[in-house]
Amino acid sequence: MSPKPFTKMARYPMSDLIPTVQDSDQPQRRHPGKGRRKGRVNNRGRQVSPQAQTEIQALLGDRSRQRDLLIEHLHLIQDYYGHISAQHLAALAEEMKISQAEAYEVATFYAHFDIIKEGEPTPAPLTVRVCESLSCQLKGAEQVHDALLAGCDASEVRVLKAPCMGRCESAPIVEVGHNHVPNATAEQVLKLIDDNDIHPVKVNSISLDTYRASGGYEILEKCQDNRLSYEEISGVLNDSGLRGLGGAGFPTATKWKFVKQAQGPRLMAVNGDEGEPGTFKDRHYLEQDPHRFLEGMLISAWAVEADEVYIYLRDEYPHIRALLLQEIDAIEKAGLVATGKIHLRRGAGAYICGEESAMIESLEGKRGYPRQRPPYVAQVGLFNRPTLVNNVETLFWLRDILEKGADWFSSQGRNGRQGLRSFSVSGRVAKPGVHLAPAGITLEELVEEYCGGMAEGHQLKAYLPGGASGGILPASLGNIPLDFGTLEDQGCFIGSAAVVVLSDQDDMREVALNLMRFFADESCGQCTPCRNGTEKAVQIMEAKDWNLPLLDDLGQVMRDASICGLGQAASNPVQSVVKHFSADILASDGGQH
Amino acid sequence: MEQSSDTIAFYLDGREVEALPGESIWEAAKRHQENIPHLCYSEEQDYEASGNCRACMVEIEGERTLAASCVRTPSPGMKVNSASSERAQRARKGVLELLLADQPERELSHDKNSQLWHWADTLEISDSRYPEKASCSADNSHTAIAVNMDACISCQLCMQGCRDVQVNDVIGLAGRGADTKIVFDFDDAMGESTCVSCGECVQACPTGALMPKTSVNEAGVGIFEPGEKPDRKVDSICPYCGVGCQISYNIKDDKILFVEGRGGPSNKNRLCVKGRFGFDYVQHPDRLLKPLIRKEGVPKVASEAFDPATPLTHFREASWEEALALATQGFKDIRDGEGKGRGKKALAGFGSAKCSNEEAYLFQKLIRTGFGSNNVDHCTRLCHASSVAALLEGVGSGAVSASFMEVENADVAIMIGCNPESNHPVAGTFFKRAAKNGTQLVIMDPRGHSLKKHASHLLQFKPGSDVALLNAMLNVIVTEKLYKEDFIKERSLGFEQLQKHLVDYSPEAMSPLCGIAPEKIREVARLYANAKSAIIFWGMGISQHTHGTDNCRCLISLAMLTGQIGRPGTGLHPLRGQNNVQGASDAGLIPMMYPDYQKVANSDAMAAFEKLWDVELDPEPGLTVVEIMDAIAEDNISGMYIMGENPAMSDPDVQHARESLAKLEHLVVQDLFVTETAIYADVILPSSGWPEKDGTVSNTNRQVQLGKQALPTPGDTKADWWITQEIAKGMGLDWQYTHPKDVFAEMHLAMPSLNNITWERLEREASVTYPCAAPDQLGQDVVFTDDFPTDTGKATLVPAAVLSPDETPDDEYPLILSTGRVLEHWHTGSMTRRSQTLDDLEPEAVVTMNNREMNRNGFEPGDMVRVITRRGTVEVKLRVDNAVAEGNLFMPFCFAEGPANMLTNPKLDPFGKIPEFKYCAARIEHV
Repeated sequence: MSPKPFTKMARYPMSDLIPTVQDSDQPQRRHPGKGRRKGRVNNRGRQVSPQAQTEIQALLGDRSRQRDLLIEHLHLIQDYYGHISAQHLAALAEEMKISQAEAYEVATFYAHFDIIKEGEPTPAPLTVRVCESLSCQLKGAEQVHDALLAGCDASEVRVLKAPCMGRCESAPIVEVGHNHVPNATAEQVLKLIDDNDIHPVKVNSISLDTYRASGGYEILEKCQDNRLSYEEISGVLNDSGLRGLGGAGFPTATKWKFVKQAQGPRLMAVNGDEGEPGTFKDRHYLEQDPHRFLEGMLISAWAVEADEVYIYLRDEYPHIRALLLQEIDAIEKAGLVATGKIHLRRGAGAYICGEESAMIESLEGKRGYPRQRPPYVAQVGLFNRPTLVNNVETLFWLRDILEKGADWFSSQGRNGRQGLRSFSVSGRVAKPGVHLAPAGITLEELVEEYCGGMAEGHQLKAYLPGGASGGILPASLGNIPLDFGTLEDQGCFIGSAAVVVLSDQDDMREVALNLMRFFADESCGQCTPCRNGTEKAVQIMEAKDWNLPLLDDLGQVMRDASICGLGQAASNPVQSVVKHFSADILASDGGQH
Repeated sequence: MEQSSDTIAFYLDGREVEALPGESIWEAAKRHQENIPHLCYSEEQDYEASGNCRACMVEIEGERTLAASCVRTPSPGMKVNSASSERAQRARKGVLELLLADQPERELSHDKNSQLWHWADTLEISDSRYPEKASCSADNSHTAIAVNMDACISCQLCMQGCRDVQVNDVIGLAGRGADTKIVFDFDDAMGESTCVSCGECVQACPTGALMPKTSVNEAGVGIFEPGEKPDRKVDSICPYCGVGCQISYNIKDDKILFVEGRGGPSNKNRLCVKGRFGFDYVQHPDRLLKPLIRKEGVPKVASEAFDPATPLTHFREASWEEALALATQGFKDIRDGEGKGRGKKALAGFGSAKCSNEEAYLFQKLIRTGFGSNNVDHCTRLCHASSVAALLEGVGSGAVSASFMEVENADVAIMIGCNPESNHPVAGTFFKRAAKNGTQLVIMDPRGHSLKKHASHLLQFKPGSDVALLNAMLNVIVTEKLYKEDFIKERSLGFEQLQKHLVDYSPEAMSPLCGIAPEKIREVARLYANAKSAIIFWGMGISQHTHGTDNCRCLISLAMLTGQIGRPGTGLHPLRGQNNVQGASDAGLIPMMYPDYQKVANSDAMAAFEKLWDVELDPEPGLTVVEIMDAIAEDNISGMYIMGENPAMSDPDVQHARESLAKLEHLVVQDLFVTETAIYADVILPSSGWPEKDGTVSNTNRQVQLGKQALPTPGDTKADWWITQEIAKGMGLDWQYTHPKDVFAEMHLAMPSLNNITWERLEREASVTYPCAAPDQLGQDVVFTDDFPTDTGKATLVPAAVLSPDETPDDEYPLILSTGRVLEHWHTGSMTRRSQTLDDLEPEAVVTMNNREMNRNGFEPGDMVRVITRRGTVEVKLRVDNAVAEGNLFMPFCFAEGPANMLTNPKLDPFGKIPEFKYCAARIEHV
């Protein structure tokens, strides 16, 4: 393109037209920009490759892309590829029309997802998890872990520590792939690895036919046919005194009432995220008799007129997931429940999701952040609808109570307490396991009558009455009734009735540190007192000398100002140890590792 | 205290107080002079309390644990103890002490005056007894934001800002427990993430973890000592797009250190990257500080290689006296001469939609009264001229019928041919927020841009087929009787004719033309027609076509047939481009209209202005932008005064425009820099940037807003209104304005639209919407509630026929080239390319193309390519963008080194005289 002729041009030499800047060290530019950087060759941020997009579309198939399925879809990818690459995660986000940040924050919140960014090595094909929670630690999990680390080829097997897997009666537990190995030894585990024996062991539970043969689902059918009224069954439930057995102990009939009072449509969510270290009763009952639980669940859903039921099952129970999928299918086929009414959702390795509002967030496909209350989930719960949340075991007892009557349940109990409690007992006793015992039983009675006494060579020193968060009591307080409301004066609570028995061979300082590390690992990170408090507490407790006034102040802030029970209770064990076992603190070598 | 029925009486530290409905304990306490510490809770608009920092704990009698006062509402009779609760006080201090343990030392902290330090001071905590956590390193990847997460307290305010307030969805909170961390996308460096640099997070951060880089030194340490502040804060309006965000400049040593969003009606504290970081252009070394006069004997060559940093190759510095004398003498010689290229009509002027209302008014007044013709126009011609033409014809007013905030009241919003995420980013936040709250967004655009994530429907139709698609929708509305018969009867003319016309435009017939399935067309037509309230937004994708006016006529018909206008949540909203394109057009900076759209051709109007200005006026409408360029080529125009416009970049077929400019005998350019246009000037007058002057501007919502001078004028620069007045004086006019407010007062005499909007009121209220019924009333967000400002009070429905774009692809030029903007650059880039942040973010000329199209043709992202059309060739870098449909190319026109307008088709819409920037045939090849 030639310049337009300019009339005056001929009179001037061309050299005058050329700018003189060439002499300077600055390159000549014809644009105002500095050009300090190079332009992007694609849109801002990470681009999804067509390959990743195709792979994710193929993996998801015609599954719904709705937002609450994010965690389910993450599991799909993790299961199929053994990890979640950044490309797959970005493709999933695009597919689900959510932002990359939203996908990433959820994926990184849960321990069972391995997010692998560009350029990072992928994890070894097989993952072995060694339980590091208290009951397993007492039984030598650390040694097993170290032996496995030494005995495995890191490029083939990844050996990790993991929190309580809900099988504490058979400690130590090692999970090989998804095969949970009881009373594990390194040799045994190495052999399983060699044999590639990595799948969950199938459970032999009471089948639908067997369950129905003994009158199973008759009560549900009576409800559905209006042969039983809400008033009748809620009356029985109320009289029985059944309380929430997940740990909070809220009267079940009252909860029904609250949910029913709220404007529908309503939902039900079952808390099967049994994560409190030392607790394994829900697993125990589900393995044995899943239909007793399912019937209780459906009766409850009927009672509060919940349109749909979501079961949140912890990811540590893959065998139960398989079992429930099978049995839910069976009752759908039997016409006991409408197909699609029950949703079985999978946790992903987060203790906090046992907290009911965190569980609801997780069911919605989000991080498990406990919600601020009020409002309570009975009013504003899952998908902002009034939601009945019950623990597995609570529902398990429904049929029995309705069949045998309120008195059957309420007449049991000891030391002035009413009802039955399923104690998950582990630690230094001869017969650990789930022991169904009268509410109000003392630890001494429980150990003697149900657990075959202490394990050989061990003398009772202390016990955890309610898992990691319920505090620690000394042997001298082994004679107080164990039930909701009986231990609070001692700064303890029964919670899910996970009793861990400790002996003269256990260092209480180590016990407290183990529990605090657990809380630090499992703190959701939402509020300052818990997020920073648990981390600071671990640091203080790792020092040779514990700064007791500081620990005391810290405990107070955590108790008073944390959003949920995790932070509020996290200092219980350390307070107990300071109170009852000052000798251990002074005598220790400082807990240095 | 007076008791109202819905307040809640409760006890605060033993005294009975009242909470307003919905008020939190924290808010109620604040109204009662109890200021409770807070970190994760921001009082700013649209931020919600999340209650995670736990610094605001109070004790509620009867409750086991303390409660976060920011998320808790009081219930009647509740006994809340704040100052009187030792337990609450201890918890607050405990929280602060925990947080301080992991903070950088105050002397080394990134913001020594942060909220965190403020509350630490208030609670008298200077040290922490707790062991500290391992620190993390700085992220310096972003050009304007210093990211120092060692100061982060995971309060989530930045995330709220990014996700809930701006809906940019970049920031997340990843990990858990003590490993919880704020992340960008997948924990990517901020500068490499999808971050759009709106800076909302910076404004929200209470600790200094996110800071403007201008407020920290190279080590990341805050430049202000405790208690120290910027020298001053001055309120103004963002000078970029038509949204008109209210801003505050924070100034130190007479430089803009950083900018914050204010609570204006159209931005609610929000800003985009330009309004946040795009102000350093005023202190760029290229800035003209003295008048320049073309060196004796340096010819004007259209294809000149010119370095804007070294203008003295072509120009010499001069005094104002000399420059003004030369400038006006040239105009007078032409005006007063005789023959071809002489006389009043041989002069023309381009004003600017970047200047104030007062400057626009003065400029057109100068052209009309000093030059003596109506040859005055500005870049509105290149953006919404066709929209304005259709709107004036249809509903009698070129302005929007409802503000864009009305999207909040809309059930359905059609967004056609607009890309708010790039061009009206803060309006985009309103659209995205509305979508989150249930408004169904229907995106109709050949490009599947980023708002699609929030859309209920995406209609990615074939470029240039707007009329086909819209007529098909109208056909459905008519055929299925979805129209509002009463409304049509009472408020419009021409329905029968339109109805008849639409018979041929069934979805089946139009589907092959527009590429959208008939069922989809029906679905969207029904959705729009049946919505309780539906609103239409459009941009240049509608207007910049040879059938732009027809496109817009269809939109008017859609609204009229369905009665979706004149009520909250309904209406027609052309998203205006420039910050003051509405105001400049209102002020008469267009060749066929006086101020307030009074037609030049209307003798009554002319008489009124002759009286007001005390001068004889030219009864003939003037020429438009592209027509003026053609008139120069034809030797009919030989002198021009260009204030702040850059036609050498913005005109279609810009080589032609450059040739015209080079051909001018006398060209006076008034600007901040030697723009691509100023290269051809005889005289360049250095003017002032927006932060250096007072003035009013009118945004897309008809909100008249006041900007105040924040910086002294540098060097010998002068405000544009002053320069125009000096030219006027030189042309023999007796102008004696001493301040823009004098001009604004005169505008009131000619512009009823400004009734009840005085300078004093704007100083007080910052923003008033016109029309405004009384000095003490708010202006009208929604107009046409009862009638239209036409002679009959009714709207006119005008049928539109399907026309092909002017230049369609063929074997030689098989692709369709469309042009537009990018987020970071404004218009021709003269300002934004000189903003370090903005130029760092978009430093190079690009053309974007679909991935599949690239693969098919053997291109790779980053290749240097030649884009060729019948007008010319440019060399640019190839960028992949799958939002661009196959068979299409998209180019931003802001890059001087790869000027897209070398390629565009200058063919005009016959009514709006707007060129077809959005469609021409092109091909690309490797360099």
